[in-house]
Amino acid sequence: MDWTDWASYLYLILGTALMLGPVAWLALSSLKSPSGLIEFPPTLLPQEQVRVTVPTYPNPLPLYRITAGEHAGQTLAEVRKIGLQATMVDPAAPDTPIRVPVDDRTKVMQFHAAWDNYGDLLQKFDFGRYLWNSVFITTVATILTLLLNSMAAFALSKYKFAGREPVFLLMLATLMIPPTIILVPNYLIAAVLGLTDNPWGVIWPAVATPTGVFLLRQYMLTLPDDLLEAARMDNASEWRIYWRIVLPLSKPALAVLAIFSVMWRWNEFLWPMVVLGRNETFTLPLALNSFQGELTTQWNYLLAMTVVTLIPVTVIFALLQRHITQGIASAGVK
Amino acid sequence: MTVAAAAGRGLGRLYAALMNLPERPMRWAQGRLPDGRLGWLFVGPNLAIFAVFTFLPILIDFYYSGTGGTNLLPTERPWVGSENFASLTACKDYLDPNSCVRDQFWYAIWNTAKFVVLQVALMLVFSLATALVLNRKIIGRGFFRAAFFYPVLLSPVVVALIWKWVLQRDGVLNAAFVGAGMEPVEWLLGARSAFGWTVFVSIWAHMGFYTLILLAGLQAIPADIYEAAAMDAAPPSRVFRRITLPLLMPSVLVVLVLGLIRAVQIFDEVYVLTGGGPGSATTYLVEFIYNTGFSSQVRQYGLAAAASLLLAGVLLVLTLIQLRGMRAKGDGRG
Repeated sequence: MDWTDWASYLYLILGTALMLGPVAWLALSSLKSPSGLIEFPPTLLPQEQVRVTVPTYPNPLPLYRITAGEHAGQTLAEVRKIGLQATMVDPAAPDTPIRVPVDDRTKVMQFHAAWDNYGDLLQKFDFGRYLWNSVFITTVATILTLLLNSMAAFALSKYKFAGREPVFLLMLATLMIPPTIILVPNYLIAAVLGLTDNPWGVIWPAVATPTGVFLLRQYMLTLPDDLLEAARMDNASEWRIYWRIVLPLSKPALAVLAIFSVMWRWNEFLWPMVVLGRNETFTLPLALNSFQGELTTQWNYLLAMTVVTLIPVTVIFALLQRHITQGIASAGVK
Repeated sequence: MTVAAAAGRGLGRLYAALMNLPERPMRWAQGRLPDGRLGWLFVGPNLAIFAVFTFLPILIDFYYSGTGGTNLLPTERPWVGSENFASLTACKDYLDPNSCVRDQFWYAIWNTAKFVVLQVALMLVFSLATALVLNRKIIGRGFFRAAFFYPVLLSPVVVALIWKWVLQRDGVLNAAFVGAGMEPVEWLLGARSAFGWTVFVSIWAHMGFYTLILLAGLQAIPADIYEAAAMDAAPPSRVFRRITLPLLMPSVLVVLVLGLIRAVQIFDEVYVLTGGGPGSATTYLVEFIYNTGFSSQVRQYGLAAAASLLLAGVLLVLTLIQLRGMRAKGDGRG
């Protein structure tokens, strides 16, 4: 290996640490208890102070290691703390109280994952509802996207009719109209159609995607027309040809679009924030955003919720990494 | 296993039953619409959604931009002509937002301009460097490529919260600073550092996508060109300048224009990370539109629509540049 190889690996390793490190840090932090989270400097792993049960004391006592003074090196349990002095006992000899300055001791810590952060999400917050809203919108929108885009792509690739080219160009032209510039009118339309505060207000505007139509049309153009002709000979209806022959053959392109659609809908933020005003209709990103405003002191729940939000995307990516990167490289879309 | 198989069969049957529903009406229509005009039925639903949620909104945008008041329904909005545009562009000195009637709008414009230049330039440099390194003979290339790409898939809200957690006052970055003997910094409360972090975080979240495009471009360069250069014993720097860079130019152009189009519309991550602050140091154009139309007490839809149209103008220019660039590239794909 010459120096350029070393430099390459150094760059990649540092880059990987920068890309994955913060996510790993978030995941580790989400398992810390509230007291562990406010510790500064923070510990790498979630920890908790060891507590021991000492005879004659009703509650388990927190354990400390003594660092200075005549008891240095011993491990003692704290009975009470008054000012800068703590009364402590040796768990082996609980009858003799020992007074130790609080500066002369450190907590004895052990690994402890606070899974309660996750468990409480369901009980203390309406987390299940937000999760359901996100799952519902993502699933329904993706199914409709696949259906409507593939129908359009079928007609645009397999039929000749007056207006086919203009329609295709018109659909591509919508790429030039990003949702950010039509927020106000879309809100009006959603309001008129009764779609505000309603998951369908997120679903309907999203299901006709120019990217999907383009992707599927390009793929369907490669399917031989002979297949369709043979089916027509057998007196199959056009609808049947579409869903019995063309759709199954387009599976690879449909899979790419399905992955994109899931990512788009699961992560979408600005339009849902505009159209979903009421708390109980929020999706996970909206809930996260509103919690980070309100729960600044309850980072443990916020972190756990963030992790739950990124898990589905992470799992999909881990399983389908190759398809996703190849799909993006070939289609140039995100 | 059998449960899963039964569930799979059940879903398959449900799918077939649902897809069979349009069979009769479509067959009926097929008899009446000869010569491929049936295609209109296939593109119809997709086209209708585009019409309602993309084309109609653009027209309404124009109407809204000429009206005032705070009512949502167009019929209840007074016509004010060019007043919205006039107030948006009324400035004594365009370089000084404080001299403008709509100072927030001009802060947003200058912030966005600064952001776009810095973010796109740095992102191009880093994604190009990463693509070049990943294009070498690297052990574990798939893993490194995935690591750089992973943040692209995360929800912007999740991205913002990951970095908010790293950057908070008692966060891990400040722990490193204190460990190195420096003072902790309130990263998101200083105007300059908050701006810098919005640039950094958006590069972190998006560069993997552009790296993929550039990597695909690099891999499309024929190997025999490099072999010829090696035969002539050309030094690596010269190979890069004379072969790699010119042949990669179409991909660089795609990255540049896509990056610009997206950077101009930056909103989600920044909104959650800084909320546009401190003051208006990280208020960008889309946030101005959102604040004006949706988040302030007085919802100024007309003003928001006018600002949207100005943004649309910028995006139109960028898209036209992209189309010219794509035509130069010759294959019509982005």
